[in-house]
Amino acid sequence: MTRGLIAALAIARKDLRTELRTKESLNASASFALVILVLFSFAFDLGREEIYAISGGMLWLVWSFAGALIVNRSFARELPNDCLDVLVASPAPAWAVFLGKAIAAFFLLILVEAISLLPFGLFYNIAWYDSAGSLLVVMALTTWGITVVGAAFSAVTVNVRLRELMLPVLLYPILIPLLIAAMGVTTGLFSGDAVPGSAAASLRLLAGFDVMYTALALYLIEYVLVG
Amino acid sequence: MREKATYVLGILGTLLMLLNLKTIFLDLPNEAAQGAIFRIIFIHVPAAINADVFLFVALVASIMFLAKKNFFWDSLAVSATEVGVMLLCVNLATGSIWGRNIWGVWWAWDLRMTSQLMCLLLYLGYLLVRPAIGEPTQRATMSAFISIFAFADIPLVAMAIRLPNVRTQHPGPVLETGTLDALYRPPFIIGIFVLLLIGAALTLVRLHQETTRREIDSLRRELHAI
Repeated sequence: MTRGLIAALAIARKDLRTELRTKESLNASASFALVILVLFSFAFDLGREEIYAISGGMLWLVWSFAGALIVNRSFARELPNDCLDVLVASPAPAWAVFLGKAIAAFFLLILVEAISLLPFGLFYNIAWYDSAGSLLVVMALTTWGITVVGAAFSAVTVNVRLRELMLPVLLYPILIPLLIAAMGVTTGLFSGDAVPGSAAASLRLLAGFDVMYTALALYLIEYVLVG
Repeated sequence: MREKATYVLGILGTLLMLLNLKTIFLDLPNEAAQGAIFRIIFIHVPAAINADVFLFVALVASIMFLAKKNFFWDSLAVSATEVGVMLLCVNLATGSIWGRNIWGVWWAWDLRMTSQLMCLLLYLGYLLVRPAIGEPTQRATMSAFISIFAFADIPLVAMAIRLPNVRTQHPGPVLETGTLDALYRPPFIIGIFVLLLIGAALTLVRLHQETTRREIDSLRRELHAI
């Protein structure tokens, strides 16, 4: 168990270091988030009140799109030179390989989210920093949900034809309950008029989603990676 | 044996359905508030219940495949999923027709409709990914994994659409809030049973196809090896 965790952290460190040196998915994902944010301003001609009403939904759509780009690379990164086979053959258990990948993707996506919050606040004139603490909790819970399911499906689709298309087809329907809760609670945070009791219920749902899918993925990933 | 069971189930299901349709369309009186359109309930609700039944069968078959690595379970999982998806489509289509008549719109983002639609999308993903994986063992393993993940999502979707800040336009479901008049109960229960029989027959047909396809695949592979 402890050895597995050490291996997971080593893999997470390796992934983060590779990514921070090459910045291949980080740059793509952050600029994609920016482009989508700009596109939204064309798509909807919004007044002050309306911006607040759709802010949470807009933000989480942008971030889940950016997340798909990041998790897509999680396992695909290991394909050249058969690195994935070596990882699976290494003494690290399959769940540790997966956990390491999920942790790395989590920090990368959080980084992209933090970067895109600045233009979001600027473009749409939303004072997200007033509720930064609560927003961080929602971001952490939701982002872990996105990356843990995303990394699991990244492992499933790594050898599939049309990988880049198949991952979103699988990922977004599964994420729907997570996104419904995250969008609702985030909009409530920005606009300040949340339905009483909705924030607590949403946070419970986010935490439940995280716990359930983390447990399922850690337990089942052996079948996906090893067979 | 399997072939005989398919015919028996299919014929029994069809006959019962015809009898039940006669009762529904000719014998039952119109419902007081909704008129004739209420009759959709005898197909709509049984389809929803049976969709869950077949998707649950697919879940059990997927778990069995991961545990036993026997391809029979993979074939059963995909067959049951396809029947489940078909029943979900029946459920959504009939619901939409009812909605057009009663609400005036085809689609209303009501909680129940949304949850069924999500369920449909989840399993469409499953059916889309399967053909993209060429190697049979890998395809079966990945499919089982996706099926388990998809089924685990259903209770969460149910929770998410009941959050206090989510819009609802609820039509008052019979099973949770009201009761069915004694007159309407027999065709309703027979309706559930009918779709179960027909669904089981269709699952067996698909199972047979899958088994044959696997045999052809392995023969082709043998031929290539020679």
